[in-house]
Amino acid sequence: MSSEAWLRRGIAAASGLLFGLGLILGGMTNPLKVKAFLDVAGAWDPSLAMVMGGAIAVGMLAFAQARSQRRAWSGDNIDIPSSTVIDWRLIGGGLLFGAGWGVGGFCPGPALVALGSGSAGALWFVVAMLAGMMVYDLR
Amino acid sequence: MITIDWSAFTPWHSAAGGVLIGIATAIFLLGDGRIAGIAGIVASPWRSIVTRQWQSLDWTRVAFIAGLLAAPWCWRLFAPLPSTAVDVGPFMLVFAGLLVGAGVRMGNGCTSGHGVCGLSRFSLRSLVNVLAFMGAGALSVFVLRHVF
Repeated sequence: MSSEAWLRRGIAAASGLLFGLGLILGGMTNPLKVKAFLDVAGAWDPSLAMVMGGAIAVGMLAFAQARSQRRAWSGDNIDIPSSTVIDWRLIGGGLLFGAGWGVGGFCPGPALVALGSGSAGALWFVVAMLAGMMVYDLR
Repeated sequence: MITIDWSAFTPWHSAAGGVLIGIATAIFLLGDGRIAGIAGIVASPWRSIVTRQWQSLDWTRVAFIAGLLAAPWCWRLFAPLPSTAVDVGPFMLVFAGLLVGAGVRMGNGCTSGHGVCGLSRFSLRSLVNVLAFMGAGALSVFVLRHVF
């Protein structure tokens, strides 16, 4: 195994760890807080808009840098999605995802973090999410 | 009329959490050249496992997932974890998981891929997906909490 492959994995693991810590600190791994954000007709908790705002503020800088940087630190090409297609699949997928997000209070990242912490609820959710992914991908 | 629950609002912790997520996204983008979209990061190796295409199993994505799973353990070294308690039973969680799993594959991304990465690069395609999932999420909570 080449040292580049291990560098690539080390960067990915560090990024995943930091991402997970950010989700915990931001309140995303608490399904009731997520639902309080989505519950605009009840006692609304706008906290998660701050999570999105903080992440996008840094993200904009990162993507601006990525446009001027030729290669990633691992030596790989920087792969930014090029699709601009807006179709019913994009919208339908968002609607299905959102409906499930509102029912459980979990989206994929926080569900994995909660699973790592030993949450039984997250285990039910993640197993079903993996099944749902394959139902769509292998249809 | 919207009523803000000021006692639950955690603007600084949440913004700081967002900044950490942004830094993690920047590291994955500038370090590995990839988009930190969790739906794709999970679906790709999972598909390789289900279809037994072991040679296509992407260990970089597996390493990212390992980092996510390790985060609560790392957090526990310094502070107690926030609650991950849910207010629905296993049946509803399975229903939610199926919807989320199929939905993020159909729409090609979730809160991270379309939400954080897509909006950070001003993608109209991602904005449309984000509006769809935010709207559906609010509607689903409204129906569960205020209709039934």
